[in-house]
Amino acid sequence: MEPKPIALKVLDIISVILLGTATYLALVFAPTEAVMGQVQRVFYFHVGTAWVGLLGFLLAAAAGIIYLVKKDVKWDIIEVASVEISLVFFLITIMLGSIWARPVWNTWWTWDPRLTTAAITELIYIAYFMLREGIEDPDRRARFGAVYTILGGVSAPITFMSIRLFRTIHPVVIGSQSAAAQGGFSMTGGMKVAFFFALFTFTVIFIDLFWHRIRLGTLAAKVEQLKLNIMN
Amino acid sequence: MNDRPLTINQTLSIVRRPSPNFLKATFAVVWKDLAAEFRSRELFSAMLVFSLLVILIFNFALELDIKTRQSVTSGVLWVTFAFAGTLGLNRSMSVEKDRGCLDGLLLAPVDRAAIYFGKVISNLVFMLIVEAIVLPVYSFLYNINLFQPGLLLVVLLGSIGYVTVGTLLASMAVQTRTRDVLLPILLFPVAVPVLIASVKASGGFLTSADFASEIMPWINLLIVYDVIFTAIAFMVFDYVVEE
Repeated sequence: MEPKPIALKVLDIISVILLGTATYLALVFAPTEAVMGQVQRVFYFHVGTAWVGLLGFLLAAAAGIIYLVKKDVKWDIIEVASVEISLVFFLITIMLGSIWARPVWNTWWTWDPRLTTAAITELIYIAYFMLREGIEDPDRRARFGAVYTILGGVSAPITFMSIRLFRTIHPVVIGSQSAAAQGGFSMTGGMKVAFFFALFTFTVIFIDLFWHRIRLGTLAAKVEQLKLNIMN
Repeated sequence: MNDRPLTINQTLSIVRRPSPNFLKATFAVVWKDLAAEFRSRELFSAMLVFSLLVILIFNFALELDIKTRQSVTSGVLWVTFAFAGTLGLNRSMSVEKDRGCLDGLLLAPVDRAAIYFGKVISNLVFMLIVEAIVLPVYSFLYNINLFQPGLLLVVLLGSIGYVTVGTLLASMAVQTRTRDVLLPILLFPVAVPVLIASVKASGGFLTSADFASEIMPWINLLIVYDVIFTAIAFMVFDYVVEE
C-alpha cells in the first residue's frame, strides 16, 4: 500500500485550520443580524455546505456521463466519491436549515422547492447506494450507477422547477429576492467576509475529503480485484 | 462485397432500411407481450385488483366525503396509478429475466432501443387499460365526473412519463440482488416531477381552475419531462442491458 502523499497531509492540516477560522468568523467576527439575532449565524455554514453538496451532485452526473463514454473505472470512483460526500453535506445543510427555520419560519420543515428538492436529492442518493449494494459485478455496478446519477441529475432540477411553480418562502440572499420570501436580509462587510470565507473553507474541505475518498475507492477496487484473483 | 461506390439510390435504401425494421421489431415485442398477457392475464388482473383495493383503502383512510373528495381525488388516483404501475413494471421485466427471455431478446439482431420501446409501449398499454377501468369505477363509486378530455390527456401524458422512466429502471432493478423491492425506491424519487405535475393538472381540471394559468404550466411540464426522459432512456438503455 502506497503511503499517504505529503500534499494530502498538508491539505488535511489546512482544512482543519480553515474550519477553525471559519467557525470563529461565523460565530464571533461577523456582526449579529438585527432582526433574527444569533440564529442567523447558521447561515454561513448552511450556504457553505449546500454549495459543496451541489458541487458534488453536478460532479457525479458529469462523471456518470464520462464513465459511460470512456468506460474507465477512474470515473466510477470519482462518481461514488462525489455522491457520498454530497450526501453527507446535504444532510448537514438540511439540519442547519431546520435549526434556522424553527425560530424564523416558526417550523422545522416546510415543503418549499429548495427543501423538497434537497430531501428528494438525498433519497436519490440513498437509492443510488442501494442499487450499487445489490450488484456484484463491478462493471455492471458502475454502469448502472452512472445511468442512475444521470437520471437523478436531470430529474432533480425539474423537481425544483416544478415545485417553484407554487409559491416559495425560502429567502434568496444573493441575487433577486422574491416578495413572498421570509427571513431574508442583506449582508454587511463583516458578514460578507465570514460568508465567502465559509464558502472557501468548505470547498477546500470538499477537495480534501474527495482526495481521501478517491484513494479509498482505488484501494477498494484493488482489493476487489485481488479477491477475484484468489477465487479464480 | 463490392467495392464500387454506391449510387444515391443504394445509399438511400441502406439509410432507410433500419426504420421499418425498427418499427417492426418494436411492435413484435409489443405483440409478444400482449399475446402472452392475453393468454395468462396474470399481470393485468393483479394490477386491476390491486388498484381497486388501494381505492378501497383510501376510502377508509381519508373518509372521502363530498368536501374532501374535491381536493384529494387527483392525489388518490395518481397514488393508485403509481403503485399499480410499479407492480406491472416489476412483473413485466421479471418474467423476461426469470425464464432467460431477456437474453433471447437481446440476441435478436435488432436495435436494442426497439426492445426498450416495445417494452414501454406494452407497459403503457397495460397501465392505460387499468386506468380505463379504474376511472369509471371511481366515478361511479364517488359520484364525480372524471371523463373530461383534458383529464384524460393528463392521464395519458403522466402515464407515458412514468412508464418511460419505470421501464428503464425496472430493467436495471431485475438485474440486482434485491430485485422487486428496489424498483419503487429507484423510481419514486426520479418520477416526482411527473407525479407533482399530474396531480396538479388533474386537480385543476376537477376543480375547473383557470386553464391558461393553473393547468397549462403543468401540462407543459409533463410534455417536457416525457420528451427529456424518452431521449435519455433511448441513449442509455444499451448500457443497461449490455453484458
